[in-house]
Amino acid sequence: MPHDHHHHEGTSPSGHPYRADQDGPLTYWQAMEVAVRELLVEKGVVTADQVQRQIEAMDARSPADGAAFVARTWTDPDFAALARRDATAACREMGFDPGTMRLIAVENDEGTHNVVVCTLCSCYPRNLLGLPPDWYKSREYRSRTVREPRAVLREFGLDLPEGTTVRVHDSTADMRYVVIPRRPDGTDGWEADLLAALVTRDSMIGTGVARVPS
Amino acid sequence: MSEAGTTGRRWHDMGGDAAGPVPGDEHDFALWEKRVDALMILASGAGHFTVDGLRRALEDMGEAAFEEMSYYERWIAAVNQNLLEGGVYSIEELGRKMAEVQARGDSYGTVQDG
Repeated sequence: MPHDHHHHEGTSPSGHPYRADQDGPLTYWQAMEVAVRELLVEKGVVTADQVQRQIEAMDARSPADGAAFVARTWTDPDFAALARRDATAACREMGFDPGTMRLIAVENDEGTHNVVVCTLCSCYPRNLLGLPPDWYKSREYRSRTVREPRAVLREFGLDLPEGTTVRVHDSTADMRYVVIPRRPDGTDGWEADLLAALVTRDSMIGTGVARVPS
Repeated sequence: MSEAGTTGRRWHDMGGDAAGPVPGDEHDFALWEKRVDALMILASGAGHFTVDGLRRALEDMGEAAFEEMSYYERWIAAVNQNLLEGGVYSIEELGRKMAEVQARGDSYGTVQDG
């Protein structure tokens, strides 16, 4: 199989920095992936084409989907009401497949900041934001966010005022949270597309806030 | 589990523990990792195991696996465990296939069949 040896710069479509080339020696677990995949194809459980399409569907998901979702809550009061009541249905209305998970949207306001974690594993609104960043799955984030959220948020550069209530939401395999950040000041009359560009991945996890227009 | 004996919690139940600074590193996913993710979704979608079955296998791997193996290394181990238990293929079939794959070459790219 040919390999590209050019150097990747910046970030991938999924919003992660590119990792180093995968040309190293075959690992035991990589061999297991190949073996399991081929056995599943031989047994008729999956086809190679299905695996490829599943990867393409996953690659197509990115925080841009979540940003469009958030921007619509900022511009469409009926949609915002639906998102508060049933974010799974709101997700579907945007044309994003919510999968088997139940999605709950938690909304920041002047006095409240929400942040999402999965203390038990790595549950994440992947159908709306794509795959979770490495730090979300780390022991440090999982352990400390429920104990000292303000200290964790400061490590992300977010220093919340004393008077702000911080709500931490612990996800489960069946129930995922997405944060609706506050709409930045100075964006009155903005179209949803323009607003979506202000909505970062971290603002929807709660480790950041929406960008302030420059 | 000895850990449960002293704390009432298993190793994966780490919410509230003390820990160091959150690591800032992020990486994009390699093709083999994306394939593991896809196999999990497709094989569970086909009814061969549930997300609870996946998590049970991950939790039973213990804390050493969490520290020493990467995320998708643990996932392929857990997917494989569930498929073996579900009788989708036997341990002999897996062993033969693993040996066959490893004999094809020495990098992930060169062992792909066709």
